[in-house]
Amino acid sequence: MSPDSFRNVWTIAKRELTGYFNSPVAYVFIVIFLLLNGFFTFMLGGFFERGEANLNSFFTWHPWLYLFLVPAAGMRLWAEERRVGTLELLLTMPIAPWEAIVGKFAACWAFLALALALTFPVVFTVGFLGAPDFGTILAGYVGSLLLAGAYLAVTVMTSALTRNQVISFILSVVICFFLILCGWEPVTNLLVRWAPDWFVNTVAAFSVMPHFAGFQRGVVDLRDLVFFGSVMVFSLFSTSVILRSLRGA
Amino acid sequence: MITVENLVKEFGPKKAVNNVTFSVQRGEILGFLGPNGAGKSTTMRMITGFFPPTSGRVAVGGHDLAEDPIAAKKLIGYLPESAPCYSDMTVAGFLGFAAEMRGLRGAARDAAIEKAVGLCFLRDVLHQSVDTLSKGYRHRTCFAQSILHDPDVLVLDEPTDGLDPNQKHEVRQLIKRMGEKKAIIFSTHILEEVEAVCSRAIIIDRGTVVANGTPAELKARSEVAGSVSLRVQGVAVDVVRSKLGGLMVAGRVHANATGPSVTARIFPRDKSVNGELAKAVAELTAKEAWHFDELHTEEGRLDEVFRAITLPDTVQAKEA
Repeated sequence: MSPDSFRNVWTIAKRELTGYFNSPVAYVFIVIFLLLNGFFTFMLGGFFERGEANLNSFFTWHPWLYLFLVPAAGMRLWAEERRVGTLELLLTMPIAPWEAIVGKFAACWAFLALALALTFPVVFTVGFLGAPDFGTILAGYVGSLLLAGAYLAVTVMTSALTRNQVISFILSVVICFFLILCGWEPVTNLLVRWAPDWFVNTVAAFSVMPHFAGFQRGVVDLRDLVFFGSVMVFSLFSTSVILRSLRGA
Repeated sequence: MITVENLVKEFGPKKAVNNVTFSVQRGEILGFLGPNGAGKSTTMRMITGFFPPTSGRVAVGGHDLAEDPIAAKKLIGYLPESAPCYSDMTVAGFLGFAAEMRGLRGAARDAAIEKAVGLCFLRDVLHQSVDTLSKGYRHRTCFAQSILHDPDVLVLDEPTDGLDPNQKHEVRQLIKRMGEKKAIIFSTHILEEVEAVCSRAIIIDRGTVVANGTPAELKARSEVAGSVSLRVQGVAVDVVRSKLGGLMVAGRVHANATGPSVTARIFPRDKSVNGELAKAVAELTAKEAWHFDELHTEEGRLDEVFRAITLPDTVQAKEA
């Protein structure tokens, strides 16, 4: 990456982040995210009743929480550019299209990371009540961030597909939902009854769930990293193909 | 500075731009004319690298848009048709972003913004959010963005659209001043703008270039170019018609009475002879002691040429 590329990515990311915080979107998002996290962890997850010094009841809900919140945060990234026509401005600037894609993605991911970081009181809580393994918690956070990144990359792609943010939102929820379901145990159990093993395994391999589960147990497996990395790279690359086809190549 | 060769753009089966070739040198201001949907914007989008052409070649400052897009784009300032701006930013924030995208940092960035803001009269709204601006201000904000980096090439898609008459005048003057040192292409629907600003004009219709010349050359293609208009008072129409028709250099004569005055248009017998006709008509009015309050030679009108070129069917129907 040349210094020029780095500067361009940074300029675009900075603009995108300023955009979040110039509007109420960022604050509404963060408040809702924290409220829902608290609700799921303590009410549905039964954090206190479990009596365990870990954050399983916290991380376990993230695939479902992100399913709606990440597409909501990312749906405007390209759809809005297309609707307003600033896409034309952006892509006639002296930059490579991938720099714009990565810049936007990085800005939104950083924003999600900030929201996730603001859940730190839950770590204090569990640390105060018991003696948790902080390594496992850190791994859980890494996994959660990667999961958010994978969903976000999908949202970036669907956002480039349309100028309508609602359509972009719905498409990415559906795709992310598929990424959850295809490896979720209740669904794989259904498949096992009639499908051959290799088929079940192939479908399940596309799922975020088994890859996310490893992090929750405190295991940072290279294969899981590769999985999330490749979902992001694939989605962002698809975005560049979509943008190119928009311009009629 | 700008070379466009055999440019073709197809959208599915439709040819939006078909074999367009032209070039613009530094110091030239090229007016881009044509009916709606003629392919003006599409051509400009190919020049600025937004659309890749189906075939053909665009080079800006010697850099091929397909081979070295970034070097070419660095030389271009572009105002897209709808003057899009990021509505969640302030004018200053937006211009700051655009300047940084152009590689301007620190003091150079501030100086560039300062200059563009002055040229585009944006000082009053500098810290206002873009989505609260009126259309004219938003337009000028986007225009300011295109001149920030003092580009060698300016591509302006309808730069005066949505401006009030004073602002239109200012923008035209600005384009004219900048045109001394840059290569500028701008599209417009306003024909007087072309006469006021352009050193050359291209008329594009259904994707092809149908006329390319200086505004004076284009006007000379007008049917009325070279004819003489005369208005006299207190003379019968028939007399005027027959006396004018009797002139050696005169061809067809149209004369109409409106109230006490008679308006006549005299076409020259030989279009290539200049000035003879007006002189002969003036001599005739003196000899007959007609009292006239108007006598001039038509230069031709751009709108008439524009219509004749872009609506060939209608004109032929009218003549038949």
